[in-house]
Amino acid sequence: MAPGLTSRRRAIWEWKIVRGAILDAFIKLNPRRMMGNPVMFVVEIGSAITTVLLFRGSPAFKFNLQITLWLWFTVLFANFAEAMAEGRGKAQAASLRKARMETVANRVTGDGNETEQVSSSKLKAGDLVIVSAGEFIPSDGEIVEGIASVDESAITGESAPVIREAGGDRSAVTGGTRVLSDQIKIKITSNPGETFLDRMIGLVEGAERQKTPNEIALNILLAGLTIIFLLAVVTLQPFAIYSGTPQTAFVLVSLLVCLIPTTIGALLSAIGIAGMDRLVQHNVLAMSGRAVEAAGDVNTLLLDKTGTITLGNRQAARFAPAPGVTEQELADAAQLSSLADETPEGRSIVVLAKEKYGLRGREMAPHEARFVPFTAQTRMSGVDLSGYEIRKGAADAIAAYLERNGKALPPGVRANVEEIAHAGGTPLVVAEKGRGALGVIELKDVIKGGIRERFNQLRTIGIRTVMITGDNPLTAAAIAREAGVDDFLAQATPKDKMDLIKREQSQGKLVAMTGDGTNDAPALAQADVGVAMNTGTQTAKEAGNMVDLDSNPTKLIEVVQIGKQLLMTRGSLTTFSIANDVAKYFAIIPAMFAGTFPVLNALNIMHLRTPQSAILSAVIFNALIIVILIPLALRGVKYRPMSAAALLRRNLSIYGVGGIIIPFIGIKLIDMLISYVRLA
Amino acid sequence: MTANGWFQILLFLLIIFLITKPVGIYIARVFQRERTFMDPVMRPLERLLYRLTGVDETQEMPWTEYAICMLLFSLVSMLVLYAMERLQAYLPLNPQHFGAVAPAHLAFNTAASFTTNTNWQAYSGETTMSYFTQMAGLAYHNFMSAAVGIVLAIAFIRGIARRQMETIGNFWVDTVRCCLWILLPACFLGALVLVSQGVIQNLRPYDTAKLVQPMQVPKVDANGKPVLEPDGKPVMDTVTTQTIAQGPVASQEIIKELGTNGGGFFNANSAHPYENPTPFSNFFELISIFAIGAGLTYTLGLMTGSQRHGWAVWSAMAILFLAGVTVAYWAEARGNPLLKGTDQKASLLQPGGNMEGKEVRFGIADSALFATVTTDASCGAINSWHDSFTPLGGMVPLVNIMLSEVIFGGVGAGMYGILTYIVIAVFIAGLMVGRTPEYLGKKIEAYDVKMAMLVVLTFPLVILGFAAISVMKPYGTAAILNPGPHGLSEILYAFTSAAGNNGSAFAGLTVNTRWYDTAIGLTMLAGRFFMIIPMLAIAGSLARKKYVPSSLGTFPVTGPLFTTLLIGVIVIVGALTFFPALSLGPVLEHLLMAAGRTF
Repeated sequence: MAPGLTSRRRAIWEWKIVRGAILDAFIKLNPRRMMGNPVMFVVEIGSAITTVLLFRGSPAFKFNLQITLWLWFTVLFANFAEAMAEGRGKAQAASLRKARMETVANRVTGDGNETEQVSSSKLKAGDLVIVSAGEFIPSDGEIVEGIASVDESAITGESAPVIREAGGDRSAVTGGTRVLSDQIKIKITSNPGETFLDRMIGLVEGAERQKTPNEIALNILLAGLTIIFLLAVVTLQPFAIYSGTPQTAFVLVSLLVCLIPTTIGALLSAIGIAGMDRLVQHNVLAMSGRAVEAAGDVNTLLLDKTGTITLGNRQAARFAPAPGVTEQELADAAQLSSLADETPEGRSIVVLAKEKYGLRGREMAPHEARFVPFTAQTRMSGVDLSGYEIRKGAADAIAAYLERNGKALPPGVRANVEEIAHAGGTPLVVAEKGRGALGVIELKDVIKGGIRERFNQLRTIGIRTVMITGDNPLTAAAIAREAGVDDFLAQATPKDKMDLIKREQSQGKLVAMTGDGTNDAPALAQADVGVAMNTGTQTAKEAGNMVDLDSNPTKLIEVVQIGKQLLMTRGSLTTFSIANDVAKYFAIIPAMFAGTFPVLNALNIMHLRTPQSAILSAVIFNALIIVILIPLALRGVKYRPMSAAALLRRNLSIYGVGGIIIPFIGIKLIDMLISYVRLA
Repeated sequence: MTANGWFQILLFLLIIFLITKPVGIYIARVFQRERTFMDPVMRPLERLLYRLTGVDETQEMPWTEYAICMLLFSLVSMLVLYAMERLQAYLPLNPQHFGAVAPAHLAFNTAASFTTNTNWQAYSGETTMSYFTQMAGLAYHNFMSAAVGIVLAIAFIRGIARRQMETIGNFWVDTVRCCLWILLPACFLGALVLVSQGVIQNLRPYDTAKLVQPMQVPKVDANGKPVLEPDGKPVMDTVTTQTIAQGPVASQEIIKELGTNGGGFFNANSAHPYENPTPFSNFFELISIFAIGAGLTYTLGLMTGSQRHGWAVWSAMAILFLAGVTVAYWAEARGNPLLKGTDQKASLLQPGGNMEGKEVRFGIADSALFATVTTDASCGAINSWHDSFTPLGGMVPLVNIMLSEVIFGGVGAGMYGILTYIVIAVFIAGLMVGRTPEYLGKKIEAYDVKMAMLVVLTFPLVILGFAAISVMKPYGTAAILNPGPHGLSEILYAFTSAAGNNGSAFAGLTVNTRWYDTAIGLTMLAGRFFMIIPMLAIAGSLARKKYVPSSLGTFPVTGPLFTTLLIGVIVIVGALTFFPALSLGPVLEHLLMAAGRTF
């Protein structure tokens, strides 16, 4: 877990946010803003009607006043829920905004030799600027010259500096980060107000929030239900008049508000904002809510082997000596050849020799040791000591080396090499000029701890994992088996990756992947969920629809879970909201008509004290349940990896059955309370 | 309730279970143009029809064209029927010399009624319609409206099954095949079975019988009001002869049930001994009502490649059916609690329970079963008077129709009705598994939800809307024969029956008035076409979509969990809409009856 992650998680009821949200709840009463939410808009109109009638004077003033107030509270609570979600986003945006301070940039002028000082807000795409150690990078860009260590903690929360250099996949820099050492020349890639930071702020604040496709569909369903209940309530009055028991507008509006799905209507946008927010807590920025929804729907995950499934590098796992050589001798030679080798593989050989054979590091100076680094020509590395030469490298390279010295690779060693390669490892042959081949070092990919279990979890929720690797099929198959992925793509080129995505998509599947290089960009754009690493190139970041600030490819799994959790929360609260209506009917219908037809008290199965307290209790429950469910909406319902059938059973029993039962209890309790304090 | 009664009800369900698969397979084969044993007879006839009409049977239609063909076909058929009714005096086969069906609003109501598969009858068949109108007009519609219902269900199923296709079938080909392969042969055989039981089939003028015992009946004037003596006593007429209506009944009777039309040849419908003479004919008619609706669940499973889904839908229907019939049977067998001291127990000597408005040859169980079945499906045939049921017993048919008649349902209409419910159920609950909602591999998106909500909205709009106007206006309340909550039930039932294209009447309402004929006629048209068009739009939209392969993460549409969910959504969406109105109608009446007040 990145440090930024913990610092970004906040308590639900943080007073600063609550205070702002209360104010916003009133501002949001503006009918033009309410219109976007048809359910709550109807409640607002209902509240307005009862308010007008209240001031025109009516009998039962105390009851009508309370109904009117609670109707307004219902609207305010809904606005409050949305404002809370936005407030949490704004709090995050505020910390980001600090990084967006206006700075002075050194823009390269005309001929490229001179610079002029301009405000960072004046920089346009295509401008060249020079940034030196200690200065802030004025805007998003790409390094065209130089290398520097950069502190990106403002964006990622990660305090360790990162290296950025011209060319390759680590050339992108973000405005608001600080150069710690060296000097770089940057080509600005975004216009004022369109920088990565600007977009991030907009996204977390929810200012640019557009309704996602599923949200739109759900809104249509809720609007439809609202119209149905409007019909049921409007036509109830004629039936009531026919039956000789006409109702007041207060009672009818109360019935309507209780029946229309206010709970989900009030919390729907908060759920959406909170979903984006949860991603930000994981240091992932989604460019649209649509991407978060798509994450929940993903069928196939494309995971890069390195960094996701295996630890970054291969490590020495075993020494297999040649015939006539002891393991100890081989380990000794291997260690000597690697002492000065700073590559991760080299270091892992030293570590293995130390752990398994107790060989400590030795002082090399007395031996007049000379380290021979790996080159693309020799494809070997090693050490020259006084008197002898040790080399390690791929089997064919060592074989050629031995041949030059009049020796051959013994069959025993060759057999070992093949055996290791078959098992998915990388064989490194160690040879001494005089003695010939000493044996083989087995380098293995080290599977990340716990990754196998995660793939099992993914399988239970119906997601297929495909490992992408540049390794040969043999190695890939062995790692795939060990890690427990469902499939692999070996010797993958960007085109192979693209083809795989298209193939999956043509079967109707949704694909998620991570990538960082420019050559990943087309695939990132093609994938339904493309998570670009923040360390990656600007092109990659623009092609994907999410950016992981921690650049941790394993996080794709969390992204999928957050998407699923968002959808589950939406569905669960919708079900809960609709199921609630059953109890409300049993509270309000007998209360409406029992005055004229006392026999209808048979429907008053909650034994609510008076008709007025029954209606009031239902309205109060309807309003309070919104506030009570705000934490659930913001945190999301509990997610556990299990099959859809098991999830459905679980959520249907909690939110469906619970949604039928809970209001019976809640309304009864409120009724007891308001009868006790004699409000009705 | 008796063991015999339950035996009949369960035997009925068992037979429905047994015929579901063969009927479903046959229907699927017919519409997928696979070989059937009827091909040697029907295929040449089919080809001839296409050659005569210029239909290209290889040409498929997108949903819009399918809908337009269906609408034009229905419109023309409706106008023809209207003309036939108004001109029947000049047409052949009119031995009783009936004049034009009048007034015009009755003819409109009847034309709308038969076009929409409702068969609401604001007239008495035996005193209004000539044999020609019955056979060429009404029976034609019985076949065609049933065929249209079935082909629409098939079009919807194709929409689910197809992947990235624009078309959902050819309306003309589907309709022709439905008539030739399914309805005509089944009715031919079914009519013979009914004739064997004593159902009549002739074109004779009506018989006249001399009464064994002359009867005194109150004299009525032209408006149907009793003529009174100056002292207030009614003037009595002595009647010595009885007219016994005749006609081609069996051929019309079988399509009435099999096509879930419900329009009786006679006013008394299936209570009339010439329509439904024996307990066996009664049982056979009941089976015919559910046969195609049940079979279509298997067709759904077969064509979409998920038989378990088909059975899950079947189970939901069967459970709702059992719930309805249990309440109705219990309420009717219990009898009237106000008749204290009267023996209402079933015994060898009497059927017991509430026998008012029921035929003795059917008794309580078969009457409750018939009332449940005819309203589970959008049939509307009746063998007892629903108006005379106890309040709760009478609420069962009403609620059945209010749930959109998706319990096996009208032929085709039940299937596309429940598919709409499934779309909504899947949309609400589908999110709970953490994926955007999908149904059998098709994503349910905003457009589909919008159309499904239009379908669902139509129902309360026309039922509650027209019922509310009716109770507020004198021209509405004047027709009510019973005051209080029972009167409200009568009005609700009339519009519910019309919107559901059921056609059964609660009775107790004088419906042949300008207001009711027109309002009910419009309700029937809305209940049919306002629902079909958005429903076809969903079919078209689903057909165009990509198929999403299923996995462990896919929302399950099979098994008891889905069945429970589906029942929950049907009951909650249906009940929540109509509960307030019902509470002032049958619920209130029931509670008042328990307290000693009747209406």
